[in-house]
Amino acid sequence: MDAAITIKGTRDGLLITLESGELPELLSEIRSLVESRNTFFRGGKVAVEVRDRKLSMAEAGQLRRLLETNGVRVWAILGTDPDTRTAVQKLGLETALPARPAPQAEEATVEESFIAGTGVLVHRTLRSGQSVYHAGHVVILGDVNSGSEVIAGGDVIVWGRLRGTVHAGVGGDEERCVCALDLSPTQLRIGNYIARPPEDRRRRRAAQPERAFVSGGQLVAEKWK
Amino acid sequence: MAARIITITSGKGGVGKTTATANISVALGMRGQRVVAVDADIGLRNLDVVMGLENRIVYDLVDVVEGRCRLRQAMVRDKRLPELYLLPAAQTRDKTAVTPEQMVEVCEGLRPDFDFVLVDSPAGIEQGYRNAIAPADEAIVVTTPEVSAVRDADRIIGMIEAAEKEGTRLLINRVRIDMIRREDMLNIDDVLDILAIELLGIVPEDEEIIVATNRGRPLALENHARAGEAFSNIARRLLGEDVPLITLEKPSLFSRVKRFFAAS
Repeated sequence: MDAAITIKGTRDGLLITLESGELPELLSEIRSLVESRNTFFRGGKVAVEVRDRKLSMAEAGQLRRLLETNGVRVWAILGTDPDTRTAVQKLGLETALPARPAPQAEEATVEESFIAGTGVLVHRTLRSGQSVYHAGHVVILGDVNSGSEVIAGGDVIVWGRLRGTVHAGVGGDEERCVCALDLSPTQLRIGNYIARPPEDRRRRRAAQPERAFVSGGQLVAEKWK
Repeated sequence: MAARIITITSGKGGVGKTTATANISVALGMRGQRVVAVDADIGLRNLDVVMGLENRIVYDLVDVVEGRCRLRQAMVRDKRLPELYLLPAAQTRDKTAVTPEQMVEVCEGLRPDFDFVLVDSPAGIEQGYRNAIAPADEAIVVTTPEVSAVRDADRIIGMIEAAEKEGTRLLINRVRIDMIRREDMLNIDDVLDILAIELLGIVPEDEEIIVATNRGRPLALENHARAGEAFSNIARRLLGEDVPLITLEKPSLFSRVKRFFAAS
């Protein structure tokens, strides 16, 4: 019997969807997934989509405990079955994602950062060969040297030189951004978009703070105010 | 006083670790220090060749570790200086023949009788490197001003920091001032920008090094050669002296003339 789960990044954190299979196998899948990518998930928040499955309060609680022992906070269990929804509500969890606010001006970005879960703050330069994985936002106080990588479900902010590889919005979230005081990554990815820096790298180009994001179906960078 | 154990490593191969180990050892020896150079590159030993001592090897580090001889029996004395020794690696074995713990034991056995124990690390980040870094009190990372060497140096510095060894210093080797001026080579500040550790010294590219290696006579024995002078300065800095970085510019007739006109 196939137990399949998918993970997607959303504005509200990660969404784990139980696609097919029975609950016991699915729980086991989730456990091995979260345990094997422990540093990625830890500290993040997650909603679980169970579709039309019937979950008792005990089973929902088991699911929540499983994730929480790995440092992942479950804030919602989504499902269409009314008994499941009752059980979830009794546990104090949400049963629906918050309604999407209409696209606003830049101000909206500040609110989103509170919704998308916790972030991690790295207080040093990343040297070649080092990596930071986190399901939420990542802020680096220092440089990201060539040969190092930052992989985040949320935004990536580098208060320094970004020269390594960076992937924000892992899981398909295109709303994320990458900011750096000197944006010169080896490769930059947001959601499912990939970009390389332009070929004409003149060494003495004055570094200015830049913000990279997805606009009009491609990655763009502009001055970061 | 007990010795300082310094491991010379780089990550990247061919940047000049062995040459640096040999020349710094000689330069320290010429200043009256008691020095033993340890070759940790088991299977691909080179320190003996560069120091010109390969004909006198009877036992090696692996013989010591496996109990076939005493530590002193494996040490080759460099007759050119009063207290300079080499502990050679084995050529017929490989890096798995020694463990980091054994390296620590050997170097601690050397510590009471010397002022400096310089460990020549192999390239890479695997067992050979781990063997070499284990006994170190401090490390010298050697790099050239070249993007791939700097990338590897960054990696190795990260690993040394993770091993909680402090006081790592940088030696930038094979510097060509003409290429730096043409912007064909990274300049010193670019390298320090990325690696962000204290600079121990700069050694200019010098074809005399090749001659010296082939002859088994480290350049530091002859103080006049440019690279030899650089290694001497590095030795002095290791001894705590404040030596300014050598000017890499060879004063050309043109620049001297320019300065003359500018001053008038």
